[in-house]
Amino acid sequence: MSEPLVAIRGLAVDFGGAPALRGIDLAIAPGEALGLVGESGCGKSVTWLAALGLLPGRARVSGSVRLAGEEILGAAPAVLDRVRGGRVAMIFQDPASSLNPVHRIGRQVAEALGLHRGLRGVAARAEARRLLDQVGIPDAGRRLDAYPHELSGGQNQRVMIAMALAGQPELLVADEPTTALDVTIQAQILELLGALRRETGMALVLISHDLGVVAETCERVAVMYAGRIVEEARVARLFAAPTHPYTQGLLGALPPLDGPRRPLSAIPGSVPEPNGMPPGCAFAPRCPHAAAACALGVPEAVAVEPDHAAACLRAVRELLPA
Amino acid sequence: MLRFLGFRLLRAAITIVMVVSFAFVVLRLSGDPAQIIMGADAPPEAIAAFRRAWGLEEPLWLQYLRYFGAIFSGDLGRSMRDGREAIALVAERIPATLALTIPALLIKLGIGIPAGITAALHRNSLVDRAVMVLAVAGFTVPSFVLGLLLVLVFAVQLGWLPSGGQESWRHAILPIVTMGVGGAAVLARFTRSAMLEVLGQPYIRTASAKGVPWRAVVWGHALPNAAIPTVTIIGFMVGSLIAGAVVVESVFSWPGVGRLLVVAVANRDLAVVQCILLLVAATMVAANLVVDLLYGALDPRLRQRAG
Ligand SMILES: Nc1ncnc2c1ncn2[C@@H]1O[C@H](COP(=O)(O)OP(=O)(O)OP(=O)(O)O)[C@@H](O)[C@H]1O
Ligand SMILES: [Mg+2]
Repeated sequence: MSEPLVAIRGLAVDFGGAPALRGIDLAIAPGEALGLVGESGCGKSVTWLAALGLLPGRARVSGSVRLAGEEILGAAPAVLDRVRGGRVAMIFQDPASSLNPVHRIGRQVAEALGLHRGLRGVAARAEARRLLDQVGIPDAGRRLDAYPHELSGGQNQRVMIAMALAGQPELLVADEPTTALDVTIQAQILELLGALRRETGMALVLISHDLGVVAETCERVAVMYAGRIVEEARVARLFAAPTHPYTQGLLGALPPLDGPRRPLSAIPGSVPEPNGMPPGCAFAPRCPHAAAACALGVPEAVAVEPDHAAACLRAVRELLPA
Repeated sequence: MLRFLGFRLLRAAITIVMVVSFAFVVLRLSGDPAQIIMGADAPPEAIAAFRRAWGLEEPLWLQYLRYFGAIFSGDLGRSMRDGREAIALVAERIPATLALTIPALLIKLGIGIPAGITAALHRNSLVDRAVMVLAVAGFTVPSFVLGLLLVLVFAVQLGWLPSGGQESWRHAILPIVTMGVGGAAVLARFTRSAMLEVLGQPYIRTASAKGVPWRAVVWGHALPNAAIPTVTIIGFMVGSLIAGAVVVESVFSWPGVGRLLVVAVANRDLAVVQCILLLVAATMVAANLVVDLLYGALDPRLRQRAG
């Protein structure tokens, strides 16, 4: 990979004694689409909230997040305000409550235009209208004056996307952008994100529960479990040769390609509590291949192939000469 | 919008009628005005004459109908004690009461709201804890206790301020502070929790995520939302501008509407009591109406439902 756009190293987050992230390493190249998958609570959202400094004050964050080589973790507020929305934009799961209920749509989009592109007044309004058009909101001119409660969930998510595009970011982090929406709308939103990425050349991080969704939209996948990345590979490779037992479990839980999607839940057992982490590999208690050695230390990620890494002792063993 | 207003006005009218009816019944069942005003040792003929003069010997329902008939022709009755028009008696006390309650309201708003916002923005900090301790204290101590305490310190011990009466503006200070402190405490607590609730909402995170500086997030995104629930309690405070000073006026012998009410109830001076209650109910109801309209102005979601 050439110089990554975003390079996260050793990112750890602790909410008063309960570790939510335990050392995340992740790199995103300019323009690439990366999927971040894992069960609920594994730290997908926290990773990006921490990277952008959006966690509440009591969260203790350590590690490093570099944007085009420049450290942004713990950067001054003025620096972060220019990064957020201007270079890295983020959209969220629940579009209805993610927009301010007392401000008109147009004003909320125009606010981002003012912050990152210096547009005000008529110019901002015209550009906001163009953005609403671009994200496929019908009758954009009139919609500028609507309030969020007057739009559907799918339309609100389109507004969120328009707002994210306003700053012409180099990276869009979409945190489960379709979970709260109807299935047909989900497909439309994913298609929109893909199209926008091709048009603008921005990179995309798509956070999802759903490996199927990620496979359609992304080039590379990172699988998270209990605050760590346990496997990372290109989409085709991950589906063809999953190495980590957790990934294998996820793929086993995936319905056939033409069947209906359902949440990843077929792995027996449940995710450990943040303050009840097992020693060693966090997945060991649920792992069909667990051995005594798994409890001894947290496995580091190793490259099983170029562009394919897994954090599992079995992967390490396979690499060693017998 | 018109239907909304019409509905509200109707409800307001019904509220007022109910308050006045309730007072009418309770006052007449809880003591005989003739006995009380004429004195226990008054000759029976005098009492009978008094009753006849004020229509008290008639059945209750007839008195009630007559009373409402009079109200609708604008006659609120006369004081049984000195025969003056009740409305005039009450009206001349209003300025004195407002001289206390309006400055007190400004104190409540001027201290309570900024304190609540500051506490919420620095949650769990020293400032937050200090504000909350003061707020709980100001909220739990009844105003007559606080009033007496202030008198003890500033009038009796230090001798800086008078303890009662209405001769100069200095007499107003202690009663105003007494009322203002309690109300500021209530408002601070309320503003704090409204603000905390709003700060936890996803749209606040969205605003930060799009690069809005924190100050602008607070002013432009959080406050307009936190104002919505806070308006309720402010409306309640405005609604009690006339009636809210009963205790404090009594403690500080301040000749306002509140003291008039206490005296009139003790005397079973029916017309005066009812006139005051009518006024109180009307202010409350008017304040509520304004709150409803403000809701619509502040919250587009309600505007649509109402329209
Ligand atoms: N503000 C917070 N305070 C305390 N704990 C938090 C906070 N936010 C997240 N956590 C904890 O951090 C862990 C990771 O949460 P995160 O929201 O990143 O999960 P996720 O992978 O995004 O899950 P989901 O798919 O449900 O969104 C969870 O255990 C969660 O309880
Ligand atoms: Mg999440």
